[in-house]
Amino acid sequence: MKAAVVVFPGSNCDRDLAVAFEQAGFDVSMVWHKDSVLPEGVDIVGVPGGFSYGDYLRCGAIAAQSPICQAVVEHANRGGYALGVCNGFQILTETGILPGALLRNAGLKYICRTVDLQVATEDSVFTQGYTKGDVLGIPIAHHDGNYFADAGTLAALKDQDRVAFTYVQNPNGSLEDIAGILSENRRVLGMMPHPERAADEGHGGTDGTAMFRALAGIVATA
Amino acid sequence: MKARVHVMLKNGVLDPQGEAVRHALGAMGFDKVEGVRQGKVIDLDLAADATEADVTEMCEKLLANTVIESYSIEMK
Repeated sequence: MKAAVVVFPGSNCDRDLAVAFEQAGFDVSMVWHKDSVLPEGVDIVGVPGGFSYGDYLRCGAIAAQSPICQAVVEHANRGGYALGVCNGFQILTETGILPGALLRNAGLKYICRTVDLQVATEDSVFTQGYTKGDVLGIPIAHHDGNYFADAGTLAALKDQDRVAFTYVQNPNGSLEDIAGILSENRRVLGMMPHPERAADEGHGGTDGTAMFRALAGIVATA
Repeated sequence: MKARVHVMLKNGVLDPQGEAVRHALGAMGFDKVEGVRQGKVIDLDLAADATEADVTEMCEKLLANTVIESYSIEMK
């Protein structure tokens, strides 16, 4: 089981994400944004949180054009797994792998706290370790987490059961309380909350652990 | 050759920064402001043979996120 975690200038959750993958049993390699290929045999790519390229222009816009992101797009198009957290979610929307966009929080404030996150579907490798309706305590830390998509896209996400997580109390103005969404083939998840920050007793919560364990289980048998 | 690109959030996309500016103007006594939308201006210095089509491609691929933003181009 191999995971690759992409590192951009300004990433700051790359090591946390790598540790969460490692603790679930993945062999993790870090991949620099200027690399144009992923390591051989990578099962899942983690796109971490942070402030890639200083959030210049738009969050994730410049990272999405980096050489490694072209490789991530090809990986996703081949049916590879990918997990984008926070800035990683923003980057995945900017690449077009996931639909919609993340706007400035409706309250204009950067928000950093643990929120109640509801599991909206069990039907993905990321969420199958939970039960639909479970409420998890997962930290958020973002300024631009206000999910937006046009009405047609939103309807498709709901019809196809592709909303993975919703906020119990919407902190940022996201449409439909959306906190995380899946790709059409359900193998790419983008989410604003940080499951890797709730994956160790020392974090004060371990509600994110089930995601990494489930991923490890599926990838191992794939 | 120069180009100026205006990037704005699309109509219908909430612009909380514009709203905050509108509130501030109202609080300052500017009571004739009915709405504020905030955007970006990007000035490009271009080679002499650059065309508006080149700038359009730049907007589509990077300068604007057409999911949420619209853009307009002035060639100078």
